[in-house]
Parts: sequence; structure tokens; C-alpha cells
Amino acid sequence: MIKKIFLAVITLTFIVACSSSSSSDDSPSVSPDNFDRGALLTNLADNIIIPAYQDLSEKLTTLTADKDAFIADANQTNLDNLRASWLEAYKVWQHVEMFNIGKAEELTYSFQMNIYPVSTTDVEANISAGNADLTHVNNNDAVGFPAVDYMLYGVADSDAAILTKYEDDKYKAYLSDLVNQMESLTETVLTDWTSSYRATFVSSTSNTVTSSLNKFVNDYIFYFEKSLRANKFGIPGGVFSTDPLPEKVEAFYNQEVSKTLALEALAAFQNTLNGTYYSASATGESFKTYLTELERTDLSTLLNTRIDAARAKVNLLDDNFYSQVNSDNVKMTEAYDALQLVVVSLKVDMLQAFNVSVDYVDADGD
Amino acid sequence: MRLNISTYLNKTTSAAPLAVFRVFFGIMMCLSIVRFWYNDWIDLLYIQPKFHFTYFGFEFIKPLGVYTYVLFAICGIAALFVALGFKYRIAIITFFLSFTYIELMDKTTYLNHYYFITLLSFIMIFLPANAHFSVDNIFRRKTYQSIPNWTIDSIKLLLGIVYFYAGLAKLNSDWLFKAMPLKIWLPSKYDLPFIGENLMQQNWFHFVMSWSGMLYDLCIPFLLLYKKTRWFAFILVVVFHVFTRVLFPIGMFPFIMIVSTLIFFDASFHQNIIRLLKRLLNALSLRKPSLQASKLNVYSQFQLKSKSLIIPLFVLFFSIQLVFPFRYLVYPNELFWTEEGYRFSWRVMLMEKMGIATFKIVDADTGRFFYVNNKDFLTPFQEKQMSFQPDFILEYAHYLGDHFTEQGHKNVQVFVESYVALNGRLSAPYINKTVDLYAEKESFKPKHWILPFKDDIKGL
Repeated sequence: MIKKIFLAVITLTFIVACSSSSSSDDSPSVSPDNFDRGALLTNLADNIIIPAYQDLSEKLTTLTADKDAFIADANQTNLDNLRASWLEAYKVWQHVEMFNIGKAEELTYSFQMNIYPVSTTDVEANISAGNADLTHVNNNDAVGFPAVDYMLYGVADSDAAILTKYEDDKYKAYLSDLVNQMESLTETVLTDWTSSYRATFVSSTSNTVTSSLNKFVNDYIFYFEKSLRANKFGIPGGVFSTDPLPEKVEAFYNQEVSKTLALEALAAFQNTLNGTYYSASATGESFKTYLTELERTDLSTLLNTRIDAARAKVNLLDDNFYSQVNSDNVKMTEAYDALQLVVVSLKVDMLQAFNVSVDYVDADGD
Repeated sequence: MRLNISTYLNKTTSAAPLAVFRVFFGIMMCLSIVRFWYNDWIDLLYIQPKFHFTYFGFEFIKPLGVYTYVLFAICGIAALFVALGFKYRIAIITFFLSFTYIELMDKTTYLNHYYFITLLSFIMIFLPANAHFSVDNIFRRKTYQSIPNWTIDSIKLLLGIVYFYAGLAKLNSDWLFKAMPLKIWLPSKYDLPFIGENLMQQNWFHFVMSWSGMLYDLCIPFLLLYKKTRWFAFILVVVFHVFTRVLFPIGMFPFIMIVSTLIFFDASFHQNIIRLLKRLLNALSLRKPSLQASKLNVYSQFQLKSKSLIIPLFVLFFSIQLVFPFRYLVYPNELFWTEEGYRFSWRVMLMEKMGIATFKIVDADTGRFFYVNNKDFLTPFQEKQMSFQPDFILEYAHYLGDHFTEQGHKNVQVFVESYVALNGRLSAPYINKTVDLYAEKESFKPKHWILPFKDDIKGL
């Protein structure tokens, strides 16, 4: 009797198994998981990350040359050239900041490139002391693009007065050190990618807390939440404080480009999501195609819709976020809210779909 | 009928199975505590967090700072004493109290299997688990051959409830007809050797796993009860639990269940285990057989004291156990969404749920507000658990309200903007963002500020 029950149970399991497979799995034969996570990482490395670093490196080379010219002869033309190449490099930087992995992570590269607001007290102290250790943690807010922003736009009230400042060799020296340091850091990170790290990166596809795939997903989402949503919009818009803090916008001293930079960052983020090659229109394996594989095109579509909606909100803002916050901060917080919806889709839905091991406490589950 | 019950209650059986159960239970618990300590979870889960999520009605139970280690030490030593059967009654009471205290300190770490341990150690207080093969036997110079049969049956019943109710909980449309959440979890195990890249990715395999898991849970208590199917059932138990251990981070639980199900085996099987253990002890020369065996007086039957109290207590206990998991029926909304009546009901591995909760502190007079960075107050693990469980959200809202009031903010209101995704559905708004949670009180009543679930999950 009992044996019969058994047989019945086992047969039932089989029937259920087979019938459910035939009803819901349309593919005729057993197909292995054909999403190639290695291809995803390869596309990221070869077509997005490394080309972006190469471009940044080129832009920084130009910046260094223009800086050398300016130091040799601190006139208005050279200052204008230098400012232009600073902006070009800063725009490319927006394509690189989210890749906080490998050498970049090890060197705390982004902390040495783009911590704002810049501490003008630290900068001025470093200038007068000379030979500051620019890599020191305490100098993270006195180096990188924000420090150069201050050096080129903020050290005095007018261009004429700024040029006068550069009659002082100490100012020249600090500006020179800043730019050289940015260039050499970038070279280090790029060389690591092109020499050895690429191979490590593309082969580490496992689902563990330390694999490059999982780290990349976590870093990518963290970047959006922290560097893009909070730093560029939330903090100046005052969503984390009782009052708005307009002086905390990116490129505060330039005053005219915070929107340009934010839009670059948003585009770079979306391109990475969709696997779009750096400064090209071709696409490869990406989070988007991974979601397609997991039958979650609803989510990849929603992500793109929400990013586009956020871009529309950002486009309504003044080029100068500082004056936007001061004149009509509601628009700023609306842009923040739109970006927050992207965070929801990333942190809740995308993480759930990928089911990546996140760096929570490694406690037991049920 | 009356006669049947009293015949049943007077029936006796060998004391060996319960003695073996006690030994293994004690060892497993002791190892669990050592593992917990070794992984540094005491510090991470109970000492580092600034704030702890308490159970309603047990708010006074908090971690004890650095003395939390002492609490764990007491619990571990008590477990060891239980294994030895040394001062058994005191040891098991100590274990029950310390273990339960630990579980009540922070509900972030709630696991069904911890609740199972609490219940099991509670009923073990009243069972004669030291009647045989225990250090207490040596000190009292008494050992017993048999004990009331119902004492062993009570453990079988508890195990049976755990499995069967876990099976009942799987009778829902997400589990059976969408293979959720296994459809999310299994493909992410692509690293597993041999099966990771192929089997784990197959749609049919997700359904096989869902259905066989359900059938396993529903059938296994009965398969273990019948002698003819017992060995087969035990093999199933081992295969099932080892497989889930490979797939999921479930710690000691599979091993505890494997060892626990041994209680279903006959006395002769357990006598063999005891013989084996005795030989092992002799080999380690921890036991002098000539000396001890001769001095022990062998009694045939253990007489349970205050039987007239214990039996009604057990009837009450098991009645509650049978009814309690169904308490969700008195709440109006979808159980998986609101989680009202979800815990303490053997609902295991049923949901892949993630959320995000952003708290907004508002000055009621001026309307000025700011958002809270949860990382300032919670560990990542706490934040994760908080973001999709309403009672956590409410308790944290009150903590934030108190915190900012204390900091000098006036007319504090606390609102939350939250989204939750359940079993692969797109995330949806979770808590009504216009409700000031600081003004809401915790209770067992339905929480009106949870937004309705926009889908339908059928089943139990």
C-alpha cells in the first residue's frame, strides 16, 4: 500500500514537472543558460571602460599642455584655453567616475579626482605651504577637478585679478601639481586596465561578494545613488538638510556647467546600462540584455523610461545649478525625485532580478 | 475514547531515542553558538548596531553590550550540559531562557529555525531526556529503561507540524504556478559545479523544485512515521537538506533537521547509537565502564512528576501551535505583502522581497523637511530587513522621530516613501506616504497605512 503511495507521489512529481515544462517553456529542447556574463564584462571593459579612460587620458594630456602654456605665460588667451580643456576633461570624467573598481578603487581614484565642494582653506594652505602631499586623505577636498575649478575661476573676483594671482609662483606650482597629479593618476589606472586588470575583470563572473560582476553591479548602483543623485542634486537642493546648500553644486566656481556635467553623467550611466559603446552608437552585452535574458524586459524598459524622465526634469533646470537652487529649488528637488525613482528600479528591482550577493552581513537565511 | 486516551498516555517506550535526541540536540546547539561566535556575528548583529528592532511586547529585551558575550557563553555551556545530561533540568531551562532572550534582542535576525529551537527547548524542559545515558544517571545512581511514549511523540509532533505547515504555506499560486521565488534564486547559482550553468537555468527545473519541495514538506512527516517508508524518508531528508544547504546560506539548520528526524527511528536503532557512543567514550577513556555500570541501579520505568500539569500544558501548547499559523486569516490584505501574521508560522523561503524606504522628517508647522540617510542609524542588514516589513518601518520611524525631537527639532512628523518588489513583480509603492508614522502606534490591528497589493496571490 505504502509503496503504491510512493509510486503515486513520484509519478505525480514527474507528470507535474513534465507538464509544467511543456506548458511554460516554449523552447523545444533543453537549452543551457545562454547569457554569457563574460561577454557582458568584456563589452564593458573593451567598448566602454577602457575607451573612456583613453579619452580622459588624452583630454588630460591636452589639459597638461594648456596648463604648461599658461604657467609659461599667464595671459587671458592661455587662461581661456586652459579653462576650455578643463571642461572637456571634466565632461569625460563623468564617463569614468562610476567605474570604481580595480586600480581606481585601490587608489581611491575618484576621491582624488572629484570631491566637492572643494575646501578653499585647504587649497590656500597648501599653496602657501608648498609641496603638499596631494594623495593624502585630508587633501581629497583640495585636489582634482573641483580644486582646478577654484584655481581657474575662484581665486579672485575677475579674470584680471585671477591673472594677477598667477604672478605668484606658488599658485603656478599648485595648479601645475594638481593637473600633473590628475594626469598621472589616470595614467596609472588606464595602464592597469590595459596591461593586466582587463583579463582579471572579464574572467571574474562568479556570484560572490568579491567577483567583478557583483562588485561592478554594486558600485554602479552606488555611484548613481551617491555621486549622481545625492551629490549633484540632492545635497545642493537641501533634501538631506534643513536648508538648501547651493554652494555645494559641482563646478561651483565656474557657475555655468553643473547642468552640462550632470547630463554627461546621466548619459554615461544610461549608456553603460544599455551597453552602448563609448562615444559610438553600437551596443553589446549589457545589464539590459541580461535583463532580457531573465525575461525582465519590463524592467529594462522601465529603467530607460525613468532615466529619460529624469533627463527631461534636468533639462528644465538652469545651466547654473547654484542660481537654480537660489531662484526655484522646487525644480531641483523635482529632478531629484525623478532620479530617486531610477534608484528604486536599480536597488530594488534590478538587484532582485540579478539576485547578486550583496555586501550585507553574511548572516544565515531561512 | 476516554480509555483510549489514558491507554495512550500510559504506554511506555524505550528511553533511548529521547536520550540520543538530547545528546545530538545539545551538541548541535553548542556548535551553533560556537559558530555564531566564531563568525563574529555577536559583535556585528548585537553590539555594533546603535538601534535594535524589538518584538512587540518585548521592547525591554535588548542586547547587553559587552555582556552579550556572557549571555552566549551561558547559552553554549547550557547546551553542552544538555548534551551531557548533566543537571539536565537546570541546563535545559537555562538554555531555553538564554536562547529565547538572544532571539528576542533584535528581530532583524528572525529565522523560523530559531523559533523552532525555542519551541523545542521549551517542551524539552518537561521531558525526561536525562532518564537514560546521562551524567545525571551517574550522580543519582539511577538509570531508566523506559519512559512514557507520548514524550517522544511530542517531539515527533512538533517536527511534523514544522514540515507540514511549511508544505501548506507552499500551496500558493506564486510557488506552484510561477515557481517563485526559486525562479529568481536558482539561476543565480550559475557558479555551482556541473549543474550551475545548465540545470539551474531551466524553467522546468524551477517548477520541479517548487513542486517537489511542496510535496516533500507535506509528505515527509507521514513517510517518517511509517516503518516501511522510514529509511527512504530519511534518505530524502538528507538529500533535501544537503541540497538546500548547497544552494542557500542556511547555516546549521539542515543538519539540525537531519539529526532531529532520527527521533522517528526505533529504539533498537538508538540503542546501537548509544552503544557506539559508549565505545567511543571508552576509547577516549572518558568513562570507566566497570566502575559505573555496576553502580547504577537500573529501573524499568521513569515516573513523570506533575503529569497532571504537564499533559494539559502540552495539549494547550500544541493547540496553539496548530492554530497560530492561521492567524493571518483575520487580517484583510495579502499576507506576503503586509506580513501581518507572517512570522512564527513556518513560512520558509516563500518570498524574494526587496524594498527601499526613504524617511522624511517634516516640521509640521513650517512644512520644511529633510530626508534621512538610513546608513547613519542602521546596519546594511537592518536596513535591508526594515525596508520591506511594516512593523520595522514603524518602529524605525518612531526611533527617528524621538532622535530628531531630542536634537531640538520641533513638531516632528515622520513620513516614509517606500517601494517594495515581491517575487519578481515590478516594485510598487508600499507605505502611504501621507501618513505621519510618528503618530501611529504599533498594535496587532491591521495597519491601515500599508498600501494595497496590486496583484493577487491565491492559496493558503
